[in-house]
Amino acid sequence: MTTNNWTPEQPIVSVKDVHKSFGELEVLKGISFDVMKGEVICIIGPSGSGKSTLIRCINALNDINSGSIKVHGLEVNDPDLNKLELRKNVGMVFQQYNLFPHKTAIENIMMAPMLVLKESKEEVLAKAEALVSKVRLDDKKNSYPGELSGGQQQRVAIARSLAMNPDVMLFDEVTAALDPETVKEVLVTIQDLAAEGMTCILVTHEMGFARELADHIYFTDRGVIVEHGPPATFFEKAEDPRTKEFLSQIL
Amino acid sequence: MPEFISIFFLELYKNDPKWNFIFFYDSSQADRVIEGFWMTLELAVICVILSVVIGVVGAWMQNQPNKILRLLVQGYIQFFRNTPPLIQLLFFYFALGQFTPTYSPDGWLEIPIISNVGWAIISLSFFAGAFNVEIFRSGIEAVPESTKEAAESLGFSHFQTYRYIVLPLAFRVSLPALNNNLVNLVKTTTQAMAIAVPELLYQMVSIYNDYSTAMNASMLLLFVVYITLVAILVFGIHSWERSVRIPGYGA
Ligand SMILES: Nc1ncnc2c1ncn2[C@@H]1O[C@H](COP(=O)(O)OP(=O)(O)OP(=O)(O)O)[C@@H](O)[C@H]1O
Ligand SMILES: [Mg+2]
Repeated sequence: MTTNNWTPEQPIVSVKDVHKSFGELEVLKGISFDVMKGEVICIIGPSGSGKSTLIRCINALNDINSGSIKVHGLEVNDPDLNKLELRKNVGMVFQQYNLFPHKTAIENIMMAPMLVLKESKEEVLAKAEALVSKVRLDDKKNSYPGELSGGQQQRVAIARSLAMNPDVMLFDEVTAALDPETVKEVLVTIQDLAAEGMTCILVTHEMGFARELADHIYFTDRGVIVEHGPPATFFEKAEDPRTKEFLSQIL
Repeated sequence: MPEFISIFFLELYKNDPKWNFIFFYDSSQADRVIEGFWMTLELAVICVILSVVIGVVGAWMQNQPNKILRLLVQGYIQFFRNTPPLIQLLFFYFALGQFTPTYSPDGWLEIPIISNVGWAIISLSFFAGAFNVEIFRSGIEAVPESTKEAAESLGFSHFQTYRYIVLPLAFRVSLPALNNNLVNLVKTTTQAMAIAVPELLYQMVSIYNDYSTAMNASMLLLFVVYITLVAILVFGIHSWERSVRIPGYGA
């Protein structure tokens, strides 16, 4: 890594008192949390509470108004931030997959390492083949996104992010657009990743998944973290009425 | 010209003087047709290429943050789209032509560095280019923000996103409209006759001015040649459209 002084004892993602407004609307009103390397954290909360905005701020797809976000020692809010350096560190998977429709599955995976990391084609091809196997899509690698199911597209999208060898993966409701049977295949893929020690920040409505996999759960509502804790305490001993109400609706 | 064709058309003319295909038996008239055809082909091919280049560059400029640049392109589009191409030709050749520098190869003759053919190419390319800018711009706007964000989050630079994601997708969306505009351009090359560019229409009119009995035959030849030219262009664009079609994508 170039100009950062991150050491493994420090959080790999550190969010401090982040405020973010869209015009008049303040969407994030002082959010703070830390994520250590290898941790899996889940962010849950009602629609419009600012979960997507928060996760998008972490890889600078949205800028923040105040506060600080550090990823692997890089200050995301720094105007001189090398965005390329940040994006090499952070992978992002979207709810709507957002694959490149004119490229096959394997081409989708190969593009960024070749164009951005300038790796050689042979090297990238070998890596992409391995990733395709990892997300169990060997038989679909030459299909175009339009020929794949939602779950398959989402697994390609995950493989595409992984091809950049990120340190942190962001998942924004990646199963929300899928039907129940296909949700599982994507969750299994994420589970494998977590088991390998990938740092994951997930926005999700899959409570069973969060309970099983998360090291820490954050409940956000109207731009603040209302309640948080490891799954055991979070689900059993939620105190805040908003959290309770949300959990009662969703569980 | 094969002997039997000359004999056939000479006989035809003797039997029916309204159908004088003089260019099929008089070699100096044949030369005029061939010369005109090549000039038309040259105009069409060069203008098609230049107008597409203008379209791409113009659409790119319209997406730049620089307001003055955008305003300039907008002005250009409005001017060329909303005035007759014939007037544009005359304006370029007669008005701007006065101010172009000349050179003198023999010390006597003053030759403008831009010939009438040059002005026709410039004028027609900018005419069709104005439409192409609009065509490509709407194609570019049809590329979803989320697809661009996916590229950005993988570390693509703005240029890479444009080059590898936006343009290839925009091109596919633009092809049907581009097809129409280029067909129109090929037909509009006939207006270069007004500034004495010796293209096919100019030559044919000269022929039937010299030989009034050749009028019907000349008209017939003109229709056949332009239908053929347009058919080749349309065939080319359609095969291109088919070759870049993405399985499972779009209509
Ligand atoms: N680019 C934007 N411009 C203006 N307002 C925005 C923008 N993006 C998000 N918002 C607003 O910010 C608020 C939070 O949006 P966000 O997408 O972060 O919510 P969310 O928690 O992810 O909701 P959901 O669960 O529905 O995905 C919403 O009120 C939304 O309308
Ligand atoms: Mg969201």
